Amino acid sequence: MKQIIKILSILIAIAAFWIGLLESSVVPRSNTWLLPIYLIVSLGCYGLLMVGVGLMKFPTCPQEAGLLQKDVAEAKEFLKQRGIDVASD
Amino acid sequence: MEKEKNKYSIIVPTYNERLNIALLVYLIFKHLKDVDFEIIVVDDGSPDGTQEVVKQLQKLYGEDRILLRARPRKLGLGTAYIHGLKHASGNFVVIMDADLSHHPKYLPSFIRKQIETGANIVTGTRYVRGGGVHGWNLMRKLTSRGANVLAQTLLWPGVSDLTGSFRLYQRSVLEDVINSCVSKGYVFQMEMIVRASRKGCHIAEVPITFVDRVYGSSKLGGSEIVEYLKGLAYLLVTT
Ligand SMILES: Nc1nc2c(ncn2[C@@H]2O[C@H](COP(=O)(O)OP(=O)(O)OP(=O)(O)O)[C@@H](O)[C@H]2O)c(=O)[nH]1
Ligand SMILES: [Mg+2]
Repeated sequence: MKQIIKILSILIAIAAFWIGLLESSVVPRSNTWLLPIYLIVSLGCYGLLMVGVGLMKFPTCPQEAGLLQKDVAEAKEFLKQRGIDVASD
Repeated sequence: MEKEKNKYSIIVPTYNERLNIALLVYLIFKHLKDVDFEIIVVDDGSPDGTQEVVKQLQKLYGEDRILLRARPRKLGLGTAYIHGLKHASGNFVVIMDADLSHHPKYLPSFIRKQIETGANIVTGTRYVRGGGVHGWNLMRKLTSRGANVLAQTLLWPGVSDLTGSFRLYQRSVLEDVINSCVSKGYVFQMEMIVRASRKGCHIAEVPITFVDRVYGSSKLGGSEIVEYLKGLAYLLVTT
């Protein structure tokens, strides 16, 4: 099943549930009307939260830059001895 | 050991990487001491003399270890992989960038992981413990995280790093997946892994660190965000 169909089915299921709630009016209608808005807002919050957390916990590796520099120096040394052109212009 | 029977073809696309390719080849040989491998350089007619350097490297390391499979002009990354794959003789294929953002020191952990898990694909991920990125500004981090959250929410791909392109594939799996991919740029990487995941491939992850390129200049660019969103929409309706 295509991904878009999966997502649409979930949305339709949610919509059906919502309409069911509206029709049966177990909870006051005025509240039910607002549910989709809550849903959208909470989805948005979830997205922002995930991005925010991801940013805060963004894994960095400053030590790797130094290690790479060492590897580069070592490689250049070796290649230069073997007559390979490694001048960085 | 099982390791001895396997052969690894390392496909490296290059465009103006004359310095990087030499450093990369040295580092690959340094870190893969007792592994059977070949390096396939797919150069797209780089004007900076990348191919001359590769020829020098062939003299040093042997033409059977370093294969230069050049193309006349810049034809793009996706087709560069396909081109390289045609000349691969290993039963496993590694795809990595030439710009040293993908460090060869991780190759043994890819190989080990594959042998341990029997995975069809081992993908390098920057977003787990032990992984990381160096040299990105806030904007780049923000777009990366945003793109990732969006893709995870919409595509459920089952891998944590969709746009990283440091990966090891079983050759047959790569051959199977690559021909169904049509995207360009790094959306291509995303498409490959999503399609593979949909086909039910077993995908394992190893942490890698990613240091932004030091030498040479970036070849991707332009409206990357728009391209990314288009790619996402494309994958939503086709996978
Ligand atoms: N053969 C070939 N190689 C390419 C082409 N475009 C890019 N490459 C190579 O593909 C690899 C990845 O390209 P990069 O320019 O580093 O792309 P990137 O990693 O997204 O960008 P950076 O931030 O600059 O690292 C490098 O090894 C390039 O030399 C192309 O059109 N043809
Ligand atoms: Mg790069």
